[in-house]
Amino acid sequence: MATAAETTGVIARPAGQTGLWSWLTTVDHKRIGVLYGTTAFIFLLLGGIEAGVIRLQLAVPDNSLVSPDAFNQMFTMHGTTMIFLVVMPLSASFFNFVIPLAIGARDVAFPRLNAFSYWVFLFGGLLLNASFLTNQAPDAGWFSYANLTEKPFSPNAGLDYWALGLQVLGVSSLAAAFNFIVTIVNMRAPGMSLMRMPLFVWMTLITSILLVLAFPVITVGLIELTLDRNFGTNFFVPEGGGDPIMWQHLFWVFGHPEVYILILPAMGIVSEVLPTFSRKPLFGYPVVVFSGIVIGIMGWAVWSHHMFTVGLGPIAVSVFTITTMLIAVPTGVKIFNWIGTLWGGSIDLKSAMLFSLGFIALFIVGGLSGVSHAVAPSDNQQQDTYYIVAHIHYVLFGGALFGIFAGIYYWFPKLTGKLLHEGIGKAHFWLYFIGMNITFFPMHYLGLNGMPRRIYTYASEFGWDGLNLLASLGYLVLLAGTLAFILNLIVSLRKEKDSGHDPWDAPGLEWSIDSPPPAYNFAQIPQVRGIDHYWIVKREAAANGNPITGPDAPVNPATVHMPSPSYWPLVTAIGVLIMGAGMLIDVGWPYIRFPIPFIGGLITFIGVVAWSNEPATKEGVSCPHCASVTKPTFQFCPYCGLSLEGQHHAQAHHQEG
Amino acid sequence: MAHQGNIHPGEHGAEHATTTGIDHRKLLMWVFLSSDCLFFGSLIATYMVYRGQSLVGPYPVDIIDVPITTISTFVLLCSSFAMVRALAATNEGNQGRIQFWLLMTAFLGAIFIGFQVYEFNLFRSEGLRIDTNLFGSTFFTLTGFHGAHVTLGIVWLVALAWIARKGRLGPRTALDVELAGLYWHFVDIVWIVIFTLVYLIGGFDTGPALPEGTEILHSILPFLG
Repeated sequence: MATAAETTGVIARPAGQTGLWSWLTTVDHKRIGVLYGTTAFIFLLLGGIEAGVIRLQLAVPDNSLVSPDAFNQMFTMHGTTMIFLVVMPLSASFFNFVIPLAIGARDVAFPRLNAFSYWVFLFGGLLLNASFLTNQAPDAGWFSYANLTEKPFSPNAGLDYWALGLQVLGVSSLAAAFNFIVTIVNMRAPGMSLMRMPLFVWMTLITSILLVLAFPVITVGLIELTLDRNFGTNFFVPEGGGDPIMWQHLFWVFGHPEVYILILPAMGIVSEVLPTFSRKPLFGYPVVVFSGIVIGIMGWAVWSHHMFTVGLGPIAVSVFTITTMLIAVPTGVKIFNWIGTLWGGSIDLKSAMLFSLGFIALFIVGGLSGVSHAVAPSDNQQQDTYYIVAHIHYVLFGGALFGIFAGIYYWFPKLTGKLLHEGIGKAHFWLYFIGMNITFFPMHYLGLNGMPRRIYTYASEFGWDGLNLLASLGYLVLLAGTLAFILNLIVSLRKEKDSGHDPWDAPGLEWSIDSPPPAYNFAQIPQVRGIDHYWIVKREAAANGNPITGPDAPVNPATVHMPSPSYWPLVTAIGVLIMGAGMLIDVGWPYIRFPIPFIGGLITFIGVVAWSNEPATKEGVSCPHCASVTKPTFQFCPYCGLSLEGQHHAQAHHQEG
Repeated sequence: MAHQGNIHPGEHGAEHATTTGIDHRKLLMWVFLSSDCLFFGSLIATYMVYRGQSLVGPYPVDIIDVPITTISTFVLLCSSFAMVRALAATNEGNQGRIQFWLLMTAFLGAIFIGFQVYEFNLFRSEGLRIDTNLFGSTFFTLTGFHGAHVTLGIVWLVALAWIARKGRLGPRTALDVELAGLYWHFVDIVWIVIFTLVYLIGGFDTGPALPEGTEILHSILPFLG
């Protein structure tokens, strides 16, 4: 095993702040946030194109634009992409960019682990979509029920791509969730007690805890599916004594917390945006926090409401009906709190605010149709119809995605120093709001009129023509909205910096520093004084006749101890990719051809060893008194205050994540 | 990451820099272990749901050997004792003892793995493979992933012993050993659960008909599906 000196001696540490290599080796949470956001947005366009194919095919009856097989691939990849490659990583993009800024930290707890999460996410997404290149895209729906997924019914490699792609994405999500739990619990600025954390930080913490506990369950399900398909086991095969329902349980024990993993970050964003643009603190902050916690706990007790038509028996169905109705309570409480925040506020209808209001309205619609699924007899009519499709799009498009766009409009000036264009932003909002209702509202009627989800086409005499055509036209409006957003990005990025450090007069810590934030974030770690810290500071300063007009003064970056870029997260992630891709190529009972996964495993191992031997900072000195590693420019140890004389040529060892 | 095990002089200073006073890496390890609980929980749940559902033999009663596995379980529990001694030696800074107890822990873990390899081979020769029946599928998946965890732990401990050989482990870097210890004890505890459920309770299961006295456990089955 190499020592730190050898490792850094053999391969020079990456340096530089610009160019491709600086992005490949970055460990800066802000840059990783940009990488997450950009990648996820490209996947959003891809998932949108898949949705377009679905809507074109269904626009008119008896259509044969695409083959039934291609149609199955489209709806499967649309759902999988939008959930795992769009909404989750877009949320992760906000976790990355916002969380350290919002808690007054210089970076996350494990910066290199953070870079690793991103690269693994990217590679997992590519692995999943590589299935298109071999014309074997997964085609069993986003929850891939057994036993359709078993080898006799899905003989090509599509489901293997799906299972391995999700495993790789799971590694990414788990690593990120570990990182953010530690960051939020352990790296808050002094004065930021738990009950002073901004709502978005709270919701990120709850989301991360859900991720940590939910993902292992789907991991086991996917392992068993992979074994069934490639090693002749019978976990979900009735002929061998297995039970396809077991897959449904494993999937939904993961899948229902996953629903809250998708929506809680958006709820957190909206809880930041509404107070800012109502010029009022969030109404009932502790109640909103505890509602989030209750949702996080009760989210584990409702999974079987996805399975009411399976035949679980009256006791299970009654219990899950009750728990599902109960979980609507904390959600409803939050909605009342948001409305209470608006009540009596001086409301400023900026684009971010419009998206937040849209979120509340559309999420109420989606929430109400959700409560109607909670009633088992009514759900029996709705199961596997377009009514469900309408519901999931109201909560995930109208809910999660509207919240995310609110966040983009809100934090974009912090990220770039430039405001997004308000006029185009409002056009974007109205196109999305109207387009989304035109597309998805008719699906309620289609579903109640008996149109099953996932059907390839339909006959004209069923009477579903008009509403399907309307839904497809709505897609065009949504497309126009997306194009408006892209136009807005281009226009806004091209102009000069114009936002200042605090364009919204916002309450969060992140608005007290420059836009875009310097690499070290905070020149001095702030002493947090309340939930709406920066409002308190600004109002006090104004009352003293000394109003704050600019960001905190910058410092010389050389004096701030920051983690250095590293190759090893990328190398390790490439190893994970080769393992995943290799298994896809190599696995097949009774022969396992080992070389490719083995090579991937070896690369991962080398990456991990080099990583753990590399100091987190490029140069450092070891304090002889307390063993802390600090910058070589320091004369005194910042931890114990004793002199560092004579230590400046010593090789330091320091390691994190 | 598997290879936390190396020197970490920044430890002491970093400890004062966190909000809770708990080191980042220690918190990370606890969060990871909570995640791993659900991982093994799901594997164990699959085993329990499919208990006694195998359509063809060999059934557990035909091949499970409780006495032999009792010995390997005892060895694994002893390794936890060695792990405790290794951490104590690290806190004392006794270089010789650090290496001895780390390698002793790894050695006892390796004996456990040796028993497992023997058992897997024996079962194979007696006709139980992963694709033979549900018992084979659930048994090999559950105990196989546990064995993989133990193996990873052995690699970690050997790496720590290597670092200790260079004299880099001591009171200031005791956390490096403590993290490995947390992981090791967790893997041990998981084995106690597996040994109880798969060997002591499930080891006498026959075919699809359930043995007397286990109906209560299975009364939850319709509820789980």
